[in-house]
Amino acid sequence: MTEFLNDWGISLMVFLPLIGAALMAFVPASQEENHKTIALFTTLATGLVGILLIADFDYDNSDVLQFAVDARWIEVINARYTVAMDGMSLPLIALTLLVVPLVIIYSWNHIPNPGNPKTFLMLILVLHTGMLGSFVAQDLVLFFVFFEVVLLPMFFMIGVWGGEDRLYASLKFFLYTLFGSALMLVSFLALYVLAGSSTFNMVQLAENVVTEDISKTAQVLIFGGMFMGFGIKVPMFPFHTWLPDAHTQAPTQGSVILAAVLLKLGTYGFIRIAIPILPEAAVEWAPWIGLLAVIGIIYGALGCLAQTDMKRLIAFSSVAHMGYVMLGIATLTDFGINAAIFGMVAHGIITGMLFFIAGSIKERYHTLEIARLGGLLVQAPKMGWILAITTMASLGLPGLAGFWGEFPAILAAYDPAPGLSDALFRVYMVIAAIGTVLAAAYLLWLLQRTAFGTPSEEFENDPHIHDVVTEEWIAWTPLLILMVVLGFYPRLIFGITDDAVINSLLALGG
Amino acid sequence: MFAQAATSPEVVWSLLWPLLFLSIGGVLLVTVTSVIPALRRPGMPAALTILIGGASFVSTIPVWRRVADTEGPTTVVAGAMSVDAFTVVMTAIIAASVVLTALVLDDYLRREGLDGPEWYVLLLMSASGGVLMAAADDLIVLFMGLEILSIAVYVLAALHLRRTDSQEAGFKYFVLGAFSSALFLYGIALVYGATGSTQIDQIAANLRLPNEAGLTPIEDASLLLAGVALLLVGFAFKVSAVPFHVWTPDVYQGAPTPITGFMASAVKVAGFAGLARVFVISFSEFGSGDLIQDDWRPILAILAGLSLVLGAFMAAGQSDVKRMLAYSSIVHAGFLLIGVHAAGHGDAGVADAGGRALVFYLITYAAMVVGSFAVATVVAGRGDADHGVDAYRGLFRKHPALALMMAVLLFSQAGIPFTSGFMAKFRVLGAAVDGEAYVLAGVAMLAAVVAALLYLRIIVAMFLDDADDEGGDEQVAGSVRKIDVPVGAAISIVLAVIVTIGLGVLPDLGRGVVAAAADVLVNR
Repeated sequence: MTEFLNDWGISLMVFLPLIGAALMAFVPASQEENHKTIALFTTLATGLVGILLIADFDYDNSDVLQFAVDARWIEVINARYTVAMDGMSLPLIALTLLVVPLVIIYSWNHIPNPGNPKTFLMLILVLHTGMLGSFVAQDLVLFFVFFEVVLLPMFFMIGVWGGEDRLYASLKFFLYTLFGSALMLVSFLALYVLAGSSTFNMVQLAENVVTEDISKTAQVLIFGGMFMGFGIKVPMFPFHTWLPDAHTQAPTQGSVILAAVLLKLGTYGFIRIAIPILPEAAVEWAPWIGLLAVIGIIYGALGCLAQTDMKRLIAFSSVAHMGYVMLGIATLTDFGINAAIFGMVAHGIITGMLFFIAGSIKERYHTLEIARLGGLLVQAPKMGWILAITTMASLGLPGLAGFWGEFPAILAAYDPAPGLSDALFRVYMVIAAIGTVLAAAYLLWLLQRTAFGTPSEEFENDPHIHDVVTEEWIAWTPLLILMVVLGFYPRLIFGITDDAVINSLLALGG
Repeated sequence: MFAQAATSPEVVWSLLWPLLFLSIGGVLLVTVTSVIPALRRPGMPAALTILIGGASFVSTIPVWRRVADTEGPTTVVAGAMSVDAFTVVMTAIIAASVVLTALVLDDYLRREGLDGPEWYVLLLMSASGGVLMAAADDLIVLFMGLEILSIAVYVLAALHLRRTDSQEAGFKYFVLGAFSSALFLYGIALVYGATGSTQIDQIAANLRLPNEAGLTPIEDASLLLAGVALLLVGFAFKVSAVPFHVWTPDVYQGAPTPITGFMASAVKVAGFAGLARVFVISFSEFGSGDLIQDDWRPILAILAGLSLVLGAFMAAGQSDVKRMLAYSSIVHAGFLLIGVHAAGHGDAGVADAGGRALVFYLITYAAMVVGSFAVATVVAGRGDADHGVDAYRGLFRKHPALALMMAVLLFSQAGIPFTSGFMAKFRVLGAAVDGEAYVLAGVAMLAAVVAALLYLRIIVAMFLDDADDEGGDEQVAGSVRKIDVPVGAAISIVLAVIVTIGLGVLPDLGRGVVAAAADVLVNR
């Protein structure tokens, strides 16, 4: 078994969804139930392989790349099929494996207009492959390919199954991301050439950057290209404008996947590729990344306070939360990056959950305009409480998952890596701390306006408004449990990531 | 005495089969169809053309064996043409696009009521000109090829007799084309004056040879550089690089759509083959210091940059798919010029990467562009006028397979992974970065993003727009004009998609072929 997992485990996990999608292509579109079943079983099988991998993972050596496969791929450009996982990617893989089946369960009775579950679910499966592939790729070309593969299904999900402004939102999403990947690709190529034109392997590149003595200017410029690619995906402050549009227009399933996993591809890119390969440039860029991160925190929070649409508010809160993650990364300390990974997972769970709830509210009330909502606790008490718990988690209440993403990231800014200005980062720390207050303000305000009070006249006697239904329970319970478990026992993630993070920062001398 | 002086050179006919099939095939086709009426029946000329094109394509295989495997590259007809791996690959691309075009053309002509052998004769003639151009080892021969190719295409562009657009396109193309040919010819004269040869290898050898005044052509540069510049203008016109592109949108839009596909593929491939051969073999040296290519490579970089940026931005404002694809072909020209730019680098490694990227790009580009225009031919329907983006609205509902294949072709043109377009762009950019042309690479990628908008608009129309406008009018109008894909066009599109996906998923396929072809250019 172990041997099989070593050789085939990761590849099986990554490509199983694609096989499922191929299978679905042969089933007529009218057999909707069959499509749902195939999709669910595919993701569950993928999850099973993932669980076997996670169970077989050697946690004592979580800094070592495990289940590594290195095979011939595109020889003309020295790109190889190199996949592996370590403690840094494991939590994110687990998150992906969890979220996608839940999304499919949620889809059971919630296929958005204009229907066609066949194509919809096939796109989710392709997305699944792209996301898992991005987290296991150890070769820049392979990573780039998976990174781009994610783009198309999402584009179609927003564009076909989205809200009224779906065309605008999907094009904006596509072009922003493509713009980022364009610069990223040039960076990858420049790195490849300057490091001796021999390999795209991330680990070897990191070594070659030292041995080939690449000038600091070149490193800083290459980092800049990567920054654009990953930063837009995160999204960081000036490049965030695609996110509210995409989230507002996307169907619930799209929003959940986007928030829970897609955004993490950007932050993951920073900690997996940009910083370990170009540590010197990272030190140069870190103050700017930190600056944009805290601007994002404050700007996102203020943006939230100004929103009248629940989904748009959650989207802006993503900008703020990803700001904490980026602040943690900008400190370039193991403490900060551990916090960042935790923040990524926590944000994935919490914000994914918030989008699920928003989708369900929209389904019941046919609106997400906060001013028209109210009295959820009266009309649908269970859902009201779930919303309450999730907003608490989102604002960083100790004892729930959100806390361990934010608090250590802020703390890490007190003592950034050598080479970075303590004073500057302490200023960032203070600003970020103010951001938590604002977060509490907008989330509590949201809760107050939607859940408390009495239902508005408009919906008072609306028979459509009912409490949580079975498939919602199935889809939501795991997320709620994780929110609490991770809140009480954060070592569940910190214990896995720590060694790998320290390893990735070795080149920084920290 | 004269008889002795005028002995004709020995000709190795066996190496010339690919060219002979096309040119003699064309002449025979016009003869037999005028003599035997039975062969004028609809479908016959097309079938014969496909046969001829196919024969030409297949005959490249034994020639390949000889020049690439056993005997090595050689020249024929007293050094007029070189038969080498590069020639063979370019010939194969051109022959293949003849076949693919003929497949689409057959039904198109019947639909438009224009059937006749003259289209196919001109197609074969122009293809033989293209092959001659790709194979030329002498600037005069190259010019002959250019003219044979161009004149046939001028006529083809104007051959849709009932559409004034088509006549206008042919006329425009002719006037501007003739002008550029004149410049090109003048360029040949100046280069001959400077270097004392029109032979492509010989020019390279003579560059450092002192003349009576004791100066080499490079040191006494004015004459040579003027010649090089004029040649570059001539080529830039043929490959529609900005600022010599102004004819492209009008001609691409006006010409009969299958012919546009041929122009975008075979004509452009021939143009780039000639450009690469002349500039990379004649006007490039290896080493450092004062190299001849330092004079033209910056200009080429500017042409490439302008083509990329202007092509991409102009495309964004179009609403006619043929015009969009015309601008997209200008963007592709920009990418291909980057390949030539890298292939002319003074460092052998960079030049090699550039040459390979260029050859790979040409192969993939020809396939995707022929396929795209085949789809456009089918979608436009009778009259060949309905090329607005609106014609593509809801195509996925009407004909899912056609929409999917068009999507693949367009995504490939946009450079999305798992399509050949991604690998092509990747390799070109890799070569550019290798040659430290970072700015050019950056510009190219940004242009690619802007250009993606144009492909997306078509894709959006095909997939996403269908649920818009709840009102029944549009839907009724859409369902009335059903789209049938004729068999010929279907085969052509499927083949194009197979190449596009095949080379996208397995880019190592034909790796040796690409390397050998590029070797001819670079290992000078």
